[in-house]
Amino acid sequence: MDLHVAHALVRFGLGRRGTEPLPADPRGWLAGQLNAPDPTTLAQPPSSAAGLAAIREDRQNKPEPGQSRGRALFRQDALAQLGNAIVTPAPFRERLVWFWTNHFTVSLRRPVCAALAGAFVEEAIRPHVTGRFEDMLLAVMRHPAMLLYLDNAFSIGPDSPAGERNKRGLNENLARECLELHTVSPAAGYTQADVTAFARVLTGWSVDFRGDPPGFRYRPFAHEPGEQAVMGRRFPAGEEGGIAVLHFLAAHPETHRFLATKLVRHFVADDPPEDAVRRVAAVLRDSHGDLGSAAKALIGLEAAWQPETKLRTPLDYVVATMRALEAPPPDRPYLIGVLGNLGQPMWMAPQPNGWPDRAADWATPEALLRRIDWAYGVAGSIGPHDPAEVAEATLGPLLRPATLEAMSRASSRRDAMTLLLTSPEYQRR
Amino acid sequence: MPHLSRRSALLGLTAAFTVGRASLALADAPTERRFVVVILRGALDGLAAVVPYGDPALAGLRAQLAPPAPGQDGGMLDLGGFYGLHPSLANLHAMYRANEALMVHAIAGPYRVRSHFEAQDCLESGADHRMTSGWLNRAIQALPAKGGEPMAVGVAVPLLMRGPAAVANWAPHGNAALDADLYTRIAALSQPDPLLGPAVVDGLRERGFAAAVLDGTPAEPNRYAFPALAKAAGELLSAADGPRIAALEIGGWDTHSGQAQRLATVLRQLDAGLAALKTALGKAWGHTAVLAVTEFGRTVRMNGTNGTDHGTGSVAFVAGGAVAGGRVVADWPGLGPGKLFEDRDLQPTRDVRSVAKGLLAQHLGLSAAALESAFPNSADAAPTGRLINA
Repeated sequence: MDLHVAHALVRFGLGRRGTEPLPADPRGWLAGQLNAPDPTTLAQPPSSAAGLAAIREDRQNKPEPGQSRGRALFRQDALAQLGNAIVTPAPFRERLVWFWTNHFTVSLRRPVCAALAGAFVEEAIRPHVTGRFEDMLLAVMRHPAMLLYLDNAFSIGPDSPAGERNKRGLNENLARECLELHTVSPAAGYTQADVTAFARVLTGWSVDFRGDPPGFRYRPFAHEPGEQAVMGRRFPAGEEGGIAVLHFLAAHPETHRFLATKLVRHFVADDPPEDAVRRVAAVLRDSHGDLGSAAKALIGLEAAWQPETKLRTPLDYVVATMRALEAPPPDRPYLIGVLGNLGQPMWMAPQPNGWPDRAADWATPEALLRRIDWAYGVAGSIGPHDPAEVAEATLGPLLRPATLEAMSRASSRRDAMTLLLTSPEYQRR
Repeated sequence: MPHLSRRSALLGLTAAFTVGRASLALADAPTERRFVVVILRGALDGLAAVVPYGDPALAGLRAQLAPPAPGQDGGMLDLGGFYGLHPSLANLHAMYRANEALMVHAIAGPYRVRSHFEAQDCLESGADHRMTSGWLNRAIQALPAKGGEPMAVGVAVPLLMRGPAAVANWAPHGNAALDADLYTRIAALSQPDPLLGPAVVDGLRERGFAAAVLDGTPAEPNRYAFPALAKAAGELLSAADGPRIAALEIGGWDTHSGQAQRLATVLRQLDAGLAALKTALGKAWGHTAVLAVTEFGRTVRMNGTNGTDHGTGSVAFVAGGAVAGGRVVADWPGLGPGKLFEDRDLQPTRDVRSVAKGLLAQHLGLSAAALESAFPNSADAAPTGRLINA
């Protein structure tokens, strides 16, 4: 196996699936995934309408702990996403789906998100990973999962009819995180006044649980009247004002720079090389925020082809291992529990800034030992797999002689497989 | 089959299995006979476990690996004047003296590979190639079916028992922790990585591993995992409505270096496990046969690190109240010039499948056709006779 091929499979993909055919041209293989339509087909596609209906039913008929309709949807949707990642023939595209899902984190730390997280991925993220950032941003900001996670659904303009009647008011949460985490970042130098103004702009962007179908609803009677000034620009009242702010933020140079930094950190190195960030930011600017073009620019970066600078997160690690062993898509929630045990519970980042993306954040002693213990468990049920063959198939030239030597000395297939799955070259990406 | 309460008691017991490389699988069968197979995974040095001290060539080949003569302090336990049992196998020796145990020497499978993995596959498949099911499972299938739901099946059933017949698995696999030796090798492999290397060492330290482990000094494996599993197996097998067949395994036999101490340690575990099994079985011990086998033997000569490398002929142990014991079964090939297999290993004179077939036929009543199904194409390995009391 060519080193570039091995690297493409690990760095940009989710690890080779078994002995699937190797791409002849790794860069072309990656770009091809961006040019072709997403091959994902979920057996039971989630929808925010179904999720909101489940939340409503759970509120009306209180379920036993752990038996809620929302949790059931979560298990179904999480398993579907994991299963898709385990078998997908377009792993680079899938990595982008997971990257952008993490960029726009919604988390089960707010339990209401359980019923909606899968729908969020399928409705707000997946359709746009090779499209325009502005479209993804708009889809995210109007999605019930985000509006509920960051509280905007119940944010009310103080001077709106609803505000005057109910004595309720603004919630700045979504507006602040949209500026700080989703678009321009603090580097843009916005102020508290900008946050408050943007929050006023977003009043009325809400969720209708009773609609047919239930979903996003702009509520004029909760919207703060009047123009608002955000980062030196004036925006009109009404739903159009919010869309205009998002258009402005999506096209902002600081947004391009921030997105480029995160993309390069994810796909190139924990400490993003400045010239690489500049190049991807320039592509975002010149392409008017085309995320497919940005992803292709990543492939073209020389620095992206330096092997093993990154560490697999628990999610990558588990998915890559299932792929290496050609496991079928899971039909039980076992893997969801594994991800929790390894420190990355599914769709449950602690905070809106999502899961960290530096090796040191994941290489804590206990977390690594848990990985080792899980690997030993997996290695105990690898069936007919020959560890040396799996090593060659999944790592190729990345496999170190020392690891192969230790594997050959192991006194059982299980020990040998454990040594492979816990080796640095397997854990790195 | 075991009820929830008993299952829960055992699950409680699994909390003790945090260290060690032992596992247990169980299966139901329509018989009052109990049959236990112990896989000694890693290649037991048969010449050190059952020492042919009467062979004049022995001392010249491996004097350093043989315990003192019978009768001396820490000496081997005599088995009739030619063979001596390793002193760590005192309980097994007591069984031998009570005519409840026998040793089969110069034994091997039909294969001549020295790869652990391939040889273990062959041993468990009961063939000269890997099959998708194990011989013990195929043997169980040959017995008439009995009602009742299968016990909980764990995540990893040994190949030996894999196949259509329902088996239960009490192995601490899924949540098992590794033994210190494997952690040590992982820490060594991680060491060159500036991030992972120190973190793995810190993690082991936080979990209370001694500094010696982290330095790479071979650690003493957990001494209680196998006896605990063997005891659990005995308790389950003894129940009136319990399972009848068990597969145990115990690792740690791959003694490439420092063999004398490492082998003594793991032999003591095996010995303690056999004693625990007998005690837990109680009266059912009288209906029990235990077969302990390994994938191959080790070199006759010592290597350069006070150990032995992968070889060919080894020993098997047969124990139990149903066993016609008190003897060593062997067509001894000798160790003298020209007698060794490829001038390095004990020449096997008996096929391990012969012993297994003899036990299945005499103990569980398998027909010739059923034996052929359990061990396909094994006509050359005729069942060994008179293993079980008539």
